[in-house]
Amino acid sequence: MAVGAEAIFGESVITTRLDTAINWARESSMWPYVFGTACCAIEFMSAASSQYDLSRFGAEVVRFSPRQADLMVVAGTITYKQAPVLKRIYDQTCEPKWVISMGACACSGGFYDNYTTLQGIDAVIPVDVYVAGCPRAPKPSWMV
Amino acid sequence: MADTLANLPKDIHGAYEVQSTFLIDVATFLKKTLGYTLLLDITAIDYLGLPDAPKRFALVYIFRNPTLSAPIILKLWTQGMAPSLCPLYHSADWAEREVWDQYGIAFEGHPNLRRILNHHQFKGHPLRKDYPITKGQWCETADDLMDQMHARLAHHRLTTSKELTFLNLGPAHPATHGTIRTLVALHGETIRAAVCEIGYLHRGFEKSCENHTYNQIIPYTDRLNYCSALLNNIAFAHTVEGMLGITLPERGEYLRVILGELSRIIDHLVCLAAGLVDMGALTNYWYLYNPREKVYTLLSKLTGARLTNSFMRIGGMAHDAYEGFEADVEACLREIEAGVSDTLGLVAHNRIFHDRTQNVGVICAEDALSYGLTGPNLRASGVAYDLRSIAPYSLYKRFDFEIPVGSVGDVYDRTMVRFEEITQSISIVRQALKQLPKGPVSVEDRAVSLPQKQEVYTTIEGANGELGFFIHSDGSGTPRKVKVRPPCFPAMAALPHLIEGGMIADAILSLGSLNIIAGELDR
Repeated sequence: MAVGAEAIFGESVITTRLDTAINWARESSMWPYVFGTACCAIEFMSAASSQYDLSRFGAEVVRFSPRQADLMVVAGTITYKQAPVLKRIYDQTCEPKWVISMGACACSGGFYDNYTTLQGIDAVIPVDVYVAGCPRAPKPSWMV
Repeated sequence: MADTLANLPKDIHGAYEVQSTFLIDVATFLKKTLGYTLLLDITAIDYLGLPDAPKRFALVYIFRNPTLSAPIILKLWTQGMAPSLCPLYHSADWAEREVWDQYGIAFEGHPNLRRILNHHQFKGHPLRKDYPITKGQWCETADDLMDQMHARLAHHRLTTSKELTFLNLGPAHPATHGTIRTLVALHGETIRAAVCEIGYLHRGFEKSCENHTYNQIIPYTDRLNYCSALLNNIAFAHTVEGMLGITLPERGEYLRVILGELSRIIDHLVCLAAGLVDMGALTNYWYLYNPREKVYTLLSKLTGARLTNSFMRIGGMAHDAYEGFEADVEACLREIEAGVSDTLGLVAHNRIFHDRTQNVGVICAEDALSYGLTGPNLRASGVAYDLRSIAPYSLYKRFDFEIPVGSVGDVYDRTMVRFEEITQSISIVRQALKQLPKGPVSVEDRAVSLPQKQEVYTTIEGANGELGFFIHSDGSGTPRKVKVRPPCFPAMAALPHLIEGGMIADAILSLGSLNIIAGELDR
């Protein structure tokens, strides 16, 4: 049973809220900014290659400028030396923006519990999704 | 002077002990008279708490003559100061900066003695035994590097004029292939001066080794050169096996050769794929990456992990190869050959490729040796130095292979040397598969005792060059010190030499052609 425009035009029209439509467009074309530092960045490169194909999610447009991206994928270990750089790049990304913390090092420092490594990037920037793995293999990753 | 070396006392580990006042004379003699033109590494050992040491620190210098099989190691006891070898070897520059950063030993006469791996607001010297491993220190801002830039401009006799623009290439940049930063002074598009900053991926590998057992260190070694993780495992395990005086059974050694050469191939494939993408040749990225996926599937089937395998163990490996492994390896090799052949079909006679890579980023043989380059980077400059043939380890004496060598030392040579090395490695793997015997893969004796107190330096030919491990053992289950001699560390130090005078686009290609892997560079 449909009402209004949907009743008149049948299945060729759907009506929804503007926000829902915009969000659907956004989620189907996330443009990642890969803040790749270490081994997880190599696995990201594999995820973007033909076998695992990131473009299934509309995300093959890997933008290397934070100003043109909406999703920041932090792939790799972040050291104390890198932390101010990470913060600055995050600040430069325009809203709306999301952050995926890819790999054990970005989530919690990995097994580098020492004087150099940030024990989790959430000390510096807010994180939306934590993806564990060392390194995170592409296949399970992008199912998230 | 001819008996200079003979006069020096040798310590029990085979290193020549030299006094601080004679260091420069001995090094000059080694370089100019005996032909030890490669200063591979400088590191230090902190003897705090050990009873027999005459002074707190000892500096260890590792020299190599590219035509001889064994390196020469010099040892200098010091309480905290030593003369700098910068006037003699360019590779001393960054090596001494690292020793200053990690140990606090000052080098007199060093032009730019400042931290290299830890950040500029770091206080203390972390590899000293009295620095607690978990004491991290926050860094609030990135270093602007302008003081080093002014010094570099002065070195080139260029005053800071309004015509110069300063640009940061990195540390978050797609073309740097890792977190590497180069500050360049541009006149239009031409680079007049460049200053490199590294350490953005310094993860404390060496300090971590000091409180882990030998087998626990294997996963850390994977993450050094993460593109060819198995080669790092092999280098470390090989060093410790040398300390224990054990050799693997034949099947184990053959599997190490097969897996090592496969790792070398996939490392070169990443370097080539990324390098070609930097020139705009994107199709080759897929052509070279698809065979890599096949190798990853094989490694995942064998070891459980695609990328950071942690497969080798001290005395062998985690387990034997599965049924059907040889057929899988042969299938991978065929895919790799197809991918490389497709790529070379597009690239080898391509006018654009030639124009972009020939005579770009040139380094001559003498400079390459002075900077400490090894591996394909050095071979591209015309020096036929490959540890698999000069100092064959494992079973390399049994295989027939050639060493490809370039002539100019430009990006073209570095690229084509890697293509040819892939072909040679495929040939070695095929020979090894034919000769692969049955039998155990690891040493039979399960209860091997701990390594004795010793200081050893052992090396293999890694994908990027001479990958060495210097281990100082105090007889316990954890090493007292582990130093990696990373082949891309001196290559990065040579980058300003390669890019100054060229344009930004050329700098990107030069950087790509050196195959700098940040995990290995920064440790």
